[in-house]
Amino acid sequence: MNKIAIVGYGTTKFSREEIPVESLLLNATKSLFDQNPNLNQKDIDTVLVSTNDNTKYLSAILSELAGIQPRTAHTVESLCNSGTNSVVSAYSYIAAGLADVALVVGAERRNSPGQILEWDNSRGEFKHPIFWGTIFTKAHKRKFGTTEEDLATVSAKNHKYAHDNPNAYSNKIYSVEELMNSKILTDDLKVSDCSRPCSGASAVLLVSDKVVKKYSDNPVWITGIGQKTLSASFTKNQDFSSMSSTREAAKIAFDMSHLDPIDVDMAEIHDAFTVCELMAIEDLGLVSKGNGAKFVKTLYETEDRKINPRGGLIGTGHPLGATGVAQIIETTQQLQGIAGKRQIENAKVGLVHNMSAAATSSTVLLLQS
Amino acid sequence: MSVFEVELKKGKFVIPECLTCKDVVWPPSDYCSLCFGKVNWRKSEGVGKILEYSKKGEMFFCLAEFEKKIRIIGTLQIYSNQPEIGKKVKLDTCRVDGRNYNFTMTLV
Repeated sequence: MNKIAIVGYGTTKFSREEIPVESLLLNATKSLFDQNPNLNQKDIDTVLVSTNDNTKYLSAILSELAGIQPRTAHTVESLCNSGTNSVVSAYSYIAAGLADVALVVGAERRNSPGQILEWDNSRGEFKHPIFWGTIFTKAHKRKFGTTEEDLATVSAKNHKYAHDNPNAYSNKIYSVEELMNSKILTDDLKVSDCSRPCSGASAVLLVSDKVVKKYSDNPVWITGIGQKTLSASFTKNQDFSSMSSTREAAKIAFDMSHLDPIDVDMAEIHDAFTVCELMAIEDLGLVSKGNGAKFVKTLYETEDRKINPRGGLIGTGHPLGATGVAQIIETTQQLQGIAGKRQIENAKVGLVHNMSAAATSSTVLLLQS
Repeated sequence: MSVFEVELKKGKFVIPECLTCKDVVWPPSDYCSLCFGKVNWRKSEGVGKILEYSKKGEMFFCLAEFEKKIRIIGTLQIYSNQPEIGKKVKLDTCRVDGRNYNFTMTLV
């Protein structure tokens, strides 16, 4: 099987502006080309677009706008983990020998239709994500004694790190106390616990080991892929204080890469809500179950950026189809040692965790320099 | 429109049960998700237990499980006792509001 590397990336700034999805896709692609002078449109075999936008035929539209005539072009939609699903699809095309160079671009408008899963009627009238976020939070509080201060610390940390990310939609730093006093949404969830939808696009270039030297002297290899879909209905989760799809996906990814959680130097975590960061780092095995809050507090107090160095979804914004791709870009930059103020010293192994619809499905990727 | 939705619009909570393996099928579907057998629609007893709950403003809402399989989120009407995990609830009303289903429960 071909080895597959990430050799290029480009992104837009994430913002609350309403921007047409075609413009977002093209801007991220232009940014990628601008940073990769050895890349020619004719090199690209595959163009995949990840989005929840209702606009049809977007991969062909992007290809035309960018002057690319790929062999394969299509859209990948899987709610919030559309981005990593696209990258796994691109990986598979290259691994199968159907492509050597694949462009993946994720994009979302602020008012994306992907924010609410209309099909899931078992949620009754409580379909907005804040309600599954509330139930996860309440269950985690009940089982592990998680406090409002613990949750506010996750948010404070991620806003603080996003301050050093020029592409983040938020550039404000908040104290834990300020966030604990933010607007109450439910008894268990505040506005500061939530990631926010926004407009944005991110692009990555994947290539086979046969052609890698043409594009980069510093490639980052995808060495582990794990995915698991349990259901589409939120209520099918068996335990609301943990993410079993994440646990299963992590095991598959670690087995494939022959790595263990202790080997991970940094991780991009899908903090759709503050409690999700705690649940995910526990279920990925980065800390033992119930110790997520203590671990995050130490990171925050010591300014250790191991978890969500770009600011997570909470600090950076959550343009659904772009999120997984943006997480991969941050991990790639960290492993290349070019993350600037956000750089984690000597990072060699990075983990990406991207999930959908209350962890009914998860993707875990392991990247190595 | 599914049988489930037709009945829900009349305020009736019916559930599909597989004619072959007798499993309760949830979310509602015309075929069993275990064996693809056809289903029979029957009325639910409508008594379940609270798995989790919270509150938005003055309104309680809960995730409750019925017949050890069916899990739904609905409004929880509180008259005297406070909700607790595992407490019994009764499905009081159900209806369709636009694209959403709407369930109301009370503590038994």
